[in-house]
Amino acid sequence: MTTHFSRRKIITQAASLAGIGLASTNSAAQFRVEVSGIGASQLPIAIAAFKGDDLAPQKIAAIVQADLLRSGVFRAIEGVTGLDETNRPDWSRIRALGADTLLTGSNNRLADGRYDVRCRLWDAVRGAELGVQNLVVTTAELRYTAHRIADWIHEKLTGEKGVAATRIAYISKTSGATPRFNLWVADSDGEGANSALASGEPIISPAWSPNGQQLAYVSFESRKPVVYVHEVATGRRRVVADFKGSNSSPAWSPDGRNLVVTLSRDGGSQIFLLNALGGGEPRKLSSSLYIDTEAVFSTDGQSLYFVSDRGGSPQIYRMPANGGAAQRISFSGNYNISPAISPNGKQLAFISRIGGAFKLVLQDLASGTVQPLTETAADESPSFSANGRQIIYATQISNGGRWQEALMTTTLDGRVKSKLTAALGDIREPDWGVFQGSALK
Amino acid sequence: MKHSKILLLAFSAALLVACGTKVPITEQAPVLERAPEPVAPPPPPPPVDVTPRDVRPVEAPAPAVLKPAIVYFDFDSYVVKPEYQGVLEAQAKFLTVNRTAKVSLGGHTDDLGGREYNLSLGQKRADAVKRSLSILGVNESQMEAVSFGKEKPAITATDDEARAKNRRVELSAP
Repeated sequence: MTTHFSRRKIITQAASLAGIGLASTNSAAQFRVEVSGIGASQLPIAIAAFKGDDLAPQKIAAIVQADLLRSGVFRAIEGVTGLDETNRPDWSRIRALGADTLLTGSNNRLADGRYDVRCRLWDAVRGAELGVQNLVVTTAELRYTAHRIADWIHEKLTGEKGVAATRIAYISKTSGATPRFNLWVADSDGEGANSALASGEPIISPAWSPNGQQLAYVSFESRKPVVYVHEVATGRRRVVADFKGSNSSPAWSPDGRNLVVTLSRDGGSQIFLLNALGGGEPRKLSSSLYIDTEAVFSTDGQSLYFVSDRGGSPQIYRMPANGGAAQRISFSGNYNISPAISPNGKQLAFISRIGGAFKLVLQDLASGTVQPLTETAADESPSFSANGRQIIYATQISNGGRWQEALMTTTLDGRVKSKLTAALGDIREPDWGVFQGSALK
Repeated sequence: MKHSKILLLAFSAALLVACGTKVPITEQAPVLERAPEPVAPPPPPPPVDVTPRDVRPVEAPAPAVLKPAIVYFDFDSYVVKPEYQGVLEAQAKFLTVNRTAKVSLGGHTDDLGGREYNLSLGQKRADAVKRSLSILGVNESQMEAVSFGKEKPAITATDDEARAKNRRVELSAP
């Protein structure tokens, strides 16, 4: 049975500003996903290299394995080779290696240049087939296909959707006297990145729209911070907030119709509600003599979590989505910023200054318990994956005598992490996108 | 009297015409005595017409341009320190004399902390300088306070000295 799916549009536009522009695709950067850590109870899966992977431009089995490892749910059983989806495996050998599940497959180039990708998922304990996939895809779709297969396996074995096929956005900065900035859209593993925006001035705070087609962000290209909404596939973008003073911190309402932003048009930094199409008068939601910023909607759209220093130093508060009395949420330490709410609304990830270090922490909203998740000391900008099982964040890692800005992911228990670094320069400001496209069944 | 003159002339002419032969002139034309008409006084002499052809050069003054300035801040602070009073007075003096001139106030922070929160801190610094200038008489319409947070450091190092140089508001012509 062959299934087809509509090809995802690949962004090729590079908005080139003065000077030497980066290539619009990130073929030169090397993102190494390094997974470290052991989860509480991980499912052991053996993934045999797909027959034909060694000749194919993308190694399906390796991509699937990295995706599953990064989820924290699985651990890889090595040593299974020489099988494709047509072979009946030697179960005693597979089980002796410690695998409960096995994936076998093949990846063959067709005469018309497309690829015939087939795979079979096995329950190694019972020696029974769990499912099969047969897909014909183009070369450009091979990575995405591998991610879809990983998500299929994740859902088959956990009952929860995987996020391997989702996209991330992040920003890169080159080193040197005249840095260049790019806003990238990439696969969840950082590969296949395409530049959505190239600029000689900083870009910060990218935020995926709920339908995954647009990014809101702050650009300093006009020598002050201005909020844009940018349609990724077409490159069309519009200014949504360019009022007197600074405009920043965009976050989407769950229905995609509105944005909350931070504006200094009335002085200071206050939170306003804007129509995402732009135009119209913004509605002021906060009104204090203090800093009110970094507002994000709760999952049900009824509340806003935001940062305020009305108590003397920055803490996280919650108020009704149309403004009103705010309730303090964070109580640990005297510097808590950058709230990100989990998709199920039960946990809040944020950055807490602990002993001078800026650390990603996770707070259970019901109990108030706060748990630090990292060993790094300059964490920023946390964002939940669409299934709420991982958090991506920016941090600094020591690399050859300097601190390099890199991205990391972590499971919610902090045990399994992956690291994405650029070969050159810094990457920062990640935002994890939504579920998109149809899942394999 | 013109009338008599004409008659006289006509008579004379007639005499000459009537007599083809020499006629001894026995009479002379009468001399009319008339009182002399008063002479109008001569018109006043015209004013002396001086058309200057000199050219005196004039140097146009250079357009009034705001001189850039920087105000530095202590860690975690957005209080304008007294040592910058003179700098701000000089800026205000320029702007109150040149009412069409504008100033852009860019607030900055050091590298510590989150980007959006630092954007707000930088804004507080820019706003503080704006307030000072307003008190010194500069109009609201002449100023725009924006923030760059930690995105445009003056020095990319992260030691204390570099951080002190990054916590600033830059005043410049927009």
